[in-house]
Amino acid sequence: MTAQGYELAVDVRGLRKRYGDLTAVDGIDLGIRRGEVFGLLGPNGAGKSTTVEILQGNRDRDAGEVSVLGSDPATGTRAWRSRVGIVWQDESAPAELTVRETVRHFARYYPRPRDPEEVIGLVGLEAKADSRIKALSGGQRRRLDVALGVIGGPDLLLLDEPTTGFDPAARRQFWSLIRALADEGTTIVLTTHYLEEAEALVHRLAVVAEGRIVAEGEPGALRERYGTEATVAWTEPDGSPRATRTGTPTRAVADLMGRFGGEIPGLTVTRPTLEDVYLRLTGQSQEDAR
Amino acid sequence: MTTTPVRERGAVGVGRLPGAWGLGLRRGALEIRQFFRQRDQVVFTFAFPVVFLFLFASIFRDDVEGAGITASQLYVPAMMAAGIMSTSFQALGISIAIEREDKVLRRLRGTPMPPAAYFLGKIWLVLFTGLLETAVLLLVGTTCYGVGLPSDAGRWFDLAWVFVLGITACALLGIAISSVPNSANSASSVVVLPFLVLQFISGVYIAIGTIPDWMLNIGALFPLKWMCQGLRGVFLPESAQVLEQAGSWESGRVALVLGAWCVGGLALCLLTFRWKDRRTG
Repeated sequence: MTAQGYELAVDVRGLRKRYGDLTAVDGIDLGIRRGEVFGLLGPNGAGKSTTVEILQGNRDRDAGEVSVLGSDPATGTRAWRSRVGIVWQDESAPAELTVRETVRHFARYYPRPRDPEEVIGLVGLEAKADSRIKALSGGQRRRLDVALGVIGGPDLLLLDEPTTGFDPAARRQFWSLIRALADEGTTIVLTTHYLEEAEALVHRLAVVAEGRIVAEGEPGALRERYGTEATVAWTEPDGSPRATRTGTPTRAVADLMGRFGGEIPGLTVTRPTLEDVYLRLTGQSQEDAR
Repeated sequence: MTTTPVRERGAVGVGRLPGAWGLGLRRGALEIRQFFRQRDQVVFTFAFPVVFLFLFASIFRDDVEGAGITASQLYVPAMMAAGIMSTSFQALGISIAIEREDKVLRRLRGTPMPPAAYFLGKIWLVLFTGLLETAVLLLVGTTCYGVGLPSDAGRWFDLAWVFVLGITACALLGIAISSVPNSANSASSVVVLPFLVLQFISGVYIAIGTIPDWMLNIGALFPLKWMCQGLRGVFLPESAQVLEQAGSWESGRVALVLGAWCVGGLALCLLTFRWKDRRTG
């Protein structure tokens, strides 16, 4: 498994893609290790989906070097495709086939597919195995899509906003499925705009905004690196609220204490959550918008 | 927690990439199963040419002067050719545009399925439905409109090759035209208009003798005219050859044109087929 001639499952350098006047991806570098669960986090239109589509081999690029499982996806062979599983953000159409027929049929495309019955169980569709796809709910169809993404036993699974439109229970169920696949050694790359999802699933994440990576690392490390500044807030004697962002909140409190000569009215000291960090990095923060 | 690698767990299969021919057969079986689960589609696909045969062959019934046949008899091979084209060209042109918009094609493109398997599956589907359609029209034609079954082995053979070459050419053209419409909504208009025009200028609805030569010559560029002509050769008596533009069935030329369209249609498909819809690039 290790001697396959490439170090990184996904190796991207200087990736660029324009649509007319719009620059969707503006120089992205990524290095995703084998067995890693990696998140691409960012708002809509940040370039996440375009990046993933290029990794899938379903979109051409304008510039940059891309290696996925040791091959350039733009010239991906059938053998390469058999090792990459794909789950899109919108499910494909309801068909007249049943879940079992569909999963069994897709298994035929692969040289070493997983057992269809096992995969149907993995995504929790046993009870619906003999239902026509058109009779499934939206969430169930998404789970079928995941089943079709993993039926080939991929080394790399690419998921583009896989839980959009899921209710909270379905989302949790999906997370445990992803964890199970990761435990089996599958490399997983997923895009999401849910921070909670990234924190729950990924080993590392990259925050993407306007086609660039603005931060990268483990979720905890990101919080520390970009979240060291605390906000100290208090109320002036005239009743007006004040706040200051500072890397030395203790000193700020001490200074205030001196000014007020004791208790500081309305004092709060807050550290940013990962969400604050994320919103600030992607330029969506209310504070920065002001 | 168990950390057995995927490879060793629940993996089945031989470890080789499956071939296009075998997958094409499996896709064909799947396509046929899907087709027959859509009842309304089944009923209307098969009923359409039968209803038209009934209308035309019942309205125009007079003897055709000097040809030894009735107008009704002329409509049987004509509607058979139109039926073959509707089950292949029209059905595929519309249904593939819908599959493209519904992301079915994109899903397939994300697997190691060879593209040829998809096209082969479609060909199997139309061979099957086209055969049924032809059988139904033959039944109606022989019981109601005085057309006999092919009189000898040679004519059965002619029926077989006109059917196979005609339906393959039309299926490939249907696959090719499915890339033209921008959306599934516009697909039926984009596909039906050329089909209707061809039916008028290829001698399906209107007898060859009443169509201006320049229109016939345009029709002669496409397979439908030659399918009609080939099928008239199968089902009509020798005396009816006087009605043809060339005064004969020209079976050699029919085979040549239909064969050329099979090759040209395949090239067109390979050059122009889109797996994604235009809006998503």
